[in-house]
Amino acid sequence: MIESLLRILALMRKEMLAMFKDPKSRVSLILPPILQCLIFGYAATYDLNNVPYALVDHDRSAVSQALVARLDGSGIFTRVATLDQAAQAAAYVDDRRAVLIIVIDRDFQRNLLAGAPAPVQVIADGRNSNTAGTAQSYGNAILTAFGEEWRLARGLPGAAIRVTTRAWYNPSLETRWNMIPSLIGTITMMMTMMLTAMSVAREREEGTFDQLLVTPFRPSEVMIGKAVPSMLVGLTQSTLIFLVAKFWFQIPIAGSYAILYLGLILFLSAAVGIGLFLSSIVANMQQAMIITFVVLMPFMLLSGLTAPISNMPAALQTFTLINPLRYAISITHQVYLEGAGLVQLAPEMLALVAIAAVTLPFSAWMFRHRLG
Amino acid sequence: MSGMSSMSASIRRIVALIRKETLQVFRDPSSIAVGIVMPILLLVLFGYGLSFDVKNVPVALVMEESSADAMGAVSGFKLSDYFDATPVKTMAEAERLLLARQVNAIVRIPPDFARRVELGDAEIQVVVHGTDANTARISLGYAQGAIGTWLAREVARGRPLLNAPIVAENRLWFNETNESTHFLVPGLIVLVMTLIGALLTSLVMAREWERGTFEALFVTPVHSGELLLGKIVPYFALGMIGLALSILGSKLLFGVPLRGSIPILVVVSMLYLLVALGIGLVISSVTKSQFVASQITLVVTFLPAIMLSGFMFDLRSMPLAIQIVTYIFPARYFVSVLQTLFLAGDIWSVILPNALVLALMAFLLMGLSTVLTRKRIG
Repeated sequence: MIESLLRILALMRKEMLAMFKDPKSRVSLILPPILQCLIFGYAATYDLNNVPYALVDHDRSAVSQALVARLDGSGIFTRVATLDQAAQAAAYVDDRRAVLIIVIDRDFQRNLLAGAPAPVQVIADGRNSNTAGTAQSYGNAILTAFGEEWRLARGLPGAAIRVTTRAWYNPSLETRWNMIPSLIGTITMMMTMMLTAMSVAREREEGTFDQLLVTPFRPSEVMIGKAVPSMLVGLTQSTLIFLVAKFWFQIPIAGSYAILYLGLILFLSAAVGIGLFLSSIVANMQQAMIITFVVLMPFMLLSGLTAPISNMPAALQTFTLINPLRYAISITHQVYLEGAGLVQLAPEMLALVAIAAVTLPFSAWMFRHRLG
Repeated sequence: MSGMSSMSASIRRIVALIRKETLQVFRDPSSIAVGIVMPILLLVLFGYGLSFDVKNVPVALVMEESSADAMGAVSGFKLSDYFDATPVKTMAEAERLLLARQVNAIVRIPPDFARRVELGDAEIQVVVHGTDANTARISLGYAQGAIGTWLAREVARGRPLLNAPIVAENRLWFNETNESTHFLVPGLIVLVMTLIGALLTSLVMAREWERGTFEALFVTPVHSGELLLGKIVPYFALGMIGLALSILGSKLLFGVPLRGSIPILVVVSMLYLLVALGIGLVISSVTKSQFVASQITLVVTFLPAIMLSGFMFDLRSMPLAIQIVTYIFPARYFVSVLQTLFLAGDIWSVILPNALVLALMAFLLMGLSTVLTRKRIG
């Protein structure tokens, strides 16, 4: 037992030396996660903070001008053109100078004064339907608020029904609060799976794996010796991302770090298990790289990172049940935004334990199998 | 005369090289995986898996009153495809469901609703789970729309109620049915081209440098330009197969309209593919190591193609510094042309400037990779 432990420790020491002795690889383990977190933290957002629009004001009344002033003063809408006809505005959308065209009817002020609904057309560039929908909803919110205030200022009653809206856990609806916690799992999964698969494949290609197998090491010991260093690297990288999230993006964490780390350790065991399994079926580094990549793509895309799982067809939703990243993202979200405790997270944690409990022993078996 | 014969000898060498490289490419399981399996996998994942369309949002209806008005106001939630409504007795129960993510929104009709509608001062509460900010925002918009529709109908039926003063009439150009598949699927051509052009090429070439098989070719009478051409042609062909698969898939499987012309699409894709190949060749000849080449290629080509190209995340939302960074990567120029060609048509004011930048990048990178290869010989 103790001998086995000593053997594993020796192997881990050798792995760590192999990873950190080369300054280039040392940098490549630490710098990319921080850079990715910074760049993607800023880039990966569905929120819009600049909506260029073309205005076609047929009314040219005091009220329509007040509405335009309201749009321009919102800090989000930037008027790129003021035109006489809607036909002229098309060119601005075509070459993407404007996202929206806002057309104010000729009878806008008259209708408002008469208490009749005053329509305003909001036309969006649908080449990115998501941006279009968001821009329109920002526009609609300003139009509604402006109309209500205009009426109330004249002592007229507002609409018969007010809809009051609230968003829990992310009151200002910032994508970043959702995205950066998700990046913890995504970035570390990418790095640890590749690291694990490549480290075994490199030894295979160089022939040192066979040498390892003629030593008194048992396949399970070889596996643990390969798994633990990758997990330690993964934990270090997630810590770096936590620090960026906390001190750079200042994203509040509602739950406890201890629970977050517990979830991460389970997640990394599952990810490393998959990486080891992949490494046991490939012959060289090129294959390891490509197969890891082919497997990572569906894991990343079907994790809820970029688009919600509930929008996927049933068959793909079932696939996400074996995707460790899905659980990691769910755990980080709940800990970060909802302050979830162990009881609430039990289903996700158990699912990760199950994935690790299948992949780790299976890859140990595959190592032995390949020896025989 | 001798010029002619050296010319034809060069052509013969190139043809022989291309033959050798093509055989090598199509016998290598890795290139089949990246060139054929990846495009199909991506097409399925992006076409079927990823959708920003908000449909069937599970919503809890808390009816603290059961008047005709209360039933009417929530009728939109029961009938619409956008929502999947579950009646719930108390707000506490609805909150529990929201926390467990069994519902994503709560609509609450307070007691006293009908009386206050008559007074023209009613309120409906809508609460959404804000973790997924994007879905939450869209759901809120739909909820307001559903309630507004009911109110407008009541007004139209002659009830003396005040409608919302300003009615926004929303229209969507180029993507009338509002399907995110229509912009995601054309965009994934950039991923396919990047994977084949940059990732596969840099891996394969780095392996040749690592093993010294590339240098071995230098001792033959083959020129370095001819060598590169021989390497590029098969991957270029593989990229074109990927493009054909993507166009066919997007038209046949997902019914994405292709409003621009196919020749323009093919020419611009060729330009981007050359840029990607150039990046792959430069990275592999500089690093000469498979591991380092693959990591660098991922960071400078694939990840920017997803995150910094406008393919998923709108470039205008990014801070200025990041926006400037996006101009360095070729993907943004290609994505802009792709989205325009598929959904809007042949709009030259978008196509020409972007294609020119790609052509310039292709020229520079190809030149650089020839220089880098030549240096090694000397």
